[in-house]
Parts: sequence; C-alpha cells; structure tokens
Amino acid sequence: MMEDLYQEIILDHYRKPHNRAPSLVDEDVHVHHSNPLCGDEMDLRLRVADDRVDGLVFDGEGCSISQAAASAMTDAVIGREIKDALDLVEDFRRMMHGDDPARPDDLLDGVAFQGVAKFPVRVKCALLGWMAVRDAIQTYERGASAHTVNHEE
Amino acid sequence: MTIDVPTLRKEFPTLSRELDGQRLVYLDSAASSQTPTAVLDAMDHFYRWSRSNVHRGVYPLAEEATDLYEGGRTKLASFLDADPRGVVFTKNATEACNLVAYSWVRRNLGEGDAMLSTVMEHHANHVPFTYAARDLGFEVRHITLTEDGQLDLDVARRLLADGKVRFLAVGHVSNVLGTINPVAELARMVREANADALVHVDGTQAAPHLPVSFRDLDVDFYAVTGHKMLGPTGIGALVARPELLDSMDPFLSGGDMIRDVTLEGSTWNDIPHKFEAGTPMIAEAAGLGAAVDWLTDLGMTRVREHEVALTAAMIEALTSIEGVTIHGPTDMAVRGGAISFAVEGVHPHDVGAMLGSKGVCVRVGHHCTKPLMRCLGLNATARASSYIYNDVDDLEPLVDGIEAARSFFAR
Repeated sequence: MMEDLYQEIILDHYRKPHNRAPSLVDEDVHVHHSNPLCGDEMDLRLRVADDRVDGLVFDGEGCSISQAAASAMTDAVIGREIKDALDLVEDFRRMMHGDDPARPDDLLDGVAFQGVAKFPVRVKCALLGWMAVRDAIQTYERGASAHTVNHEE
Repeated sequence: MTIDVPTLRKEFPTLSRELDGQRLVYLDSAASSQTPTAVLDAMDHFYRWSRSNVHRGVYPLAEEATDLYEGGRTKLASFLDADPRGVVFTKNATEACNLVAYSWVRRNLGEGDAMLSTVMEHHANHVPFTYAARDLGFEVRHITLTEDGQLDLDVARRLLADGKVRFLAVGHVSNVLGTINPVAELARMVREANADALVHVDGTQAAPHLPVSFRDLDVDFYAVTGHKMLGPTGIGALVARPELLDSMDPFLSGGDMIRDVTLEGSTWNDIPHKFEAGTPMIAEAAGLGAAVDWLTDLGMTRVREHEVALTAAMIEALTSIEGVTIHGPTDMAVRGGAISFAVEGVHPHDVGAMLGSKGVCVRVGHHCTKPLMRCLGLNATARASSYIYNDVDDLEPLVDGIEAARSFFAR
C-alpha cells in the first residue's frame, strides 16, 4: 500500500521540492489555499509575461503528497500559456478522479500521482497545489492580485 | 486484579481481523470504541424478538420494547450515579450540548452576561455556545493552558472576578491532550463567583474511562456519547439535575414529548420524556445498557488502572523514539489515555498512513479542536488512544510504524 501511494518520484519531490520559495520577484498574484480538515496550508505566487506562466513558486506546510504534488505541478506549468496551463490543471484534476490523463507527457512527474486517486482521503492533498495555480491564473485574469481559499470537505 | 486483555479481546469481533496479514492494532478509541458481542446481541435481540414501538402500547411486545428502552436509561443512570429522571437520551454528545445551548443558554443569557469555557474544547462543546453568543450578544471567555497542557486556574479566577459569568462549559477529559480537568473544583469556583451560575460538562472522553459520579461532581449538566463507551453509534445522553430539567422548555418537539395537544398549543410530558421527541433509538438504548453493564462487570476502577499503566508505558515508548514529542501532560494523575504526538520532519498525515499500512489505527488531523490547534501553533497532530482491549503488545507495532515513517520520509 505504501508503495502504491508513495512512489519514489513523489518522495523525491517531497525531499527536494522544485520551485519552493517564500517570495517571487515581480509577482502578479499571491494566493493562499488551505485544506482545513487536514491542516495543509499553501502560498502560491505567480508572475505572468506575454500570457505565459513566467514565474511560479509555492511555500507552505503539509503532508508529503501535498508538497510533492505542488512541486511536480510547478515543473509542468512553468512556461506554458495560461490557457494551456488551465487545460493541464483540468487534466490532472480528472486524473485524480479516476480518469486516464489525456496529456501524460505534459504532466511530467504529475503522472506519478495517478495512484493517489485510489486513496480518496489523499486526493485533496494532491490537488491542493493544482487548485491553487488554477485560482492564481483565474485571479490574474480577473485583474486581481490576491485570493484566499479554504477547501472545505 | 489486572485485566486479561487477550481473553477480553476475543469478545470484540472487529479486533480479530487481519489487514494484509497483520494483526489489527486499534488505537483510535477516542474517536470511537469497538463493540463487544454482548452489545451486538442486545441490539439484535430487540430487532429479532421484541421489535415494536415504545410507550403507549398496551400489548406485551410493546411493553418489552419499553422495558428495553427504559432499562437502558436506568442502567446508564446507575453507571453515572445519577437520577434516571435526569437522563435524557440524545443522538450523541453533540446533541446533548445543543440541548443545553438551546433550552437553557439561549433562554437565559443575553447582553451584559458572560459564559466561561476553555481553549481545549471539542467543537461539540464550543460551537453551540459561540453560535448562541453570536445571536444573543453575551460574552464568551476562555481559560487558557499552562505549559504542560492543563487549565490555568489563575486565569479562570481572573475571568470570574467580575461575577458576570452565568454558565461554564468545560470538557472533563481533553480528546487531544488527554488532560483530566478539575471540573468539580471549577464548578465550585464558578458558583462562588456567582451562586446562580450553571455548569455543563462534556463527559465524552471521561465516562468510558473513569469512574464518574454525577452526584459527587455536583454539576448541572453532563453530556456523554454511547459509541465511545462500547455502545452503538446513534445514542448519547444528557444527564442533568431533574429539578433543573423540569424548569426548562423542550429542545425538540413533536410526538411523545407532550402531555396534551390542542389545535392551539401543547403541554409537555414529564421529564425526561419532555426532551425526547419522536420514536427514540430503542435498540441503541438496549445496546448502551448492555455496554455499561459490561463495563460495570469489568469494574471502572480497574478500567482506569489499566489506562494509567498502559498510557504511562505508551508515553515512555513514544518518547524513547528520536524526534517524537508528546503534547499534553505526562503526569498520569491528570491525564487520560489520548496521546497526541508529533514526529519531527514527518507530517501527521504521513505518520498515519504509514501506521495504517502496518495495521495500526491512529487518528490524524485537528480532532475537532481547531481553537486548541491554533493555541498550540499546530495544524494537526497524530493521536494514539487506547482502551481496555489494548495492552503492551500494541506498543511495538506503534513504535515500529513511527520509526518506519521517520526513515521513509526523512529529508
């Protein structure tokens, strides 16, 4: 069971997270997301240039699944056009609800989280970073610069 | 005499399960206890043999159902050393707390009044009262904690000094820190400051583990739930002074709780029926009665002695692991069996998942005590909580699982 949930790729991201930082130069949007039920907290900062995700960092506190998923998400999303990034988020979200991913190559290490779909209580952990980047992009599109979301059960 | 745990464990069907070839180690009794066959049989007997509705039936079957239901009440009253007329069955302890909030607090407190509570309450003993405070404008004051997770009675004294506190809501035993609160002493302090003040105790985590005498505690309300004391889910109780219940208006209304009904209005039934609207939980009352009989046969003093010995051994085992810290008191005189702990560098969720993969059931999260988590500066803890069917054999799988989590998740 532990091996199904915690693949080596996931543990690598947890131990050595990518794009984890408390600040981002010239950030356009800062969102704060939390899962009140498990106590995960995440700050995500986004910079957009030419309608692309130009800079993206996360910081926060949470279980290995939430932290590793956010790390893998940054790799998959940085550099993409924001519309394309939203499409990729949707692909990951559907994967966490049991669908096969339509864009496995674009999800990069994100595909390693497919097994988490079998553990319903951990799906929200894996989704936290991905929901945060979707919210950050939508906040940017609204012309706002900050947003806070509590993911209730 | 100590409890023969291996023999006793055979009476709990779930505990005979294996998960992935591993023995089930159940350390989540603070969330819900296991159920012995005697309780299952009592509920089964009702459905297979005496199934009918209670009260007002003039045929023998209905009398049997009434006896089973009222018998559950008598047994619970005796178990808690209370008058059966003051034992109101509810769906759980949460509903019992709501009964107090709706039928007393909301009808008696208002602007200019204050109530006293603590920062360590379970949401069940917190939300109904802050909700009432929001609607009615009374003040809610909170006793804070000492370094080792006990209520700071000096703070309590200061909060009582102006005499405005008319109600105290306090848990008997913390579901997170394990702290046993001095409720009788607090009740005295509250009444010294204001002779008319009432005291409500959430006994959810105490009644399964300690000998409890409602009379000796000398409080006004005491809430319990069945499913944490070997009984079924779906039943709890509010224990109260009968004369106080008599003076209060009903919480829920409808069938069975009335004396007379006209098109214009109603008069109320005698207590405790006045507070039990509709067809009650008959099988569950029979099951809870069997549960308290079972605990009485075992002896609550022995139950507590077993808890003290096992909890002390568990604290020692946990703190011997590098990087593990315990939240709450370590002095067994002031703590029960719930042990919240932190594993350095490993999130509680991951600790729980690793333990779960080894058949060890612990709870992780905020344990319905978000204000306490904020006070402690935590988002979540892992919590191991034992009961009479656990013994020192359960410590090794717990320790092994935590050490496995440490090496697995080490950064």
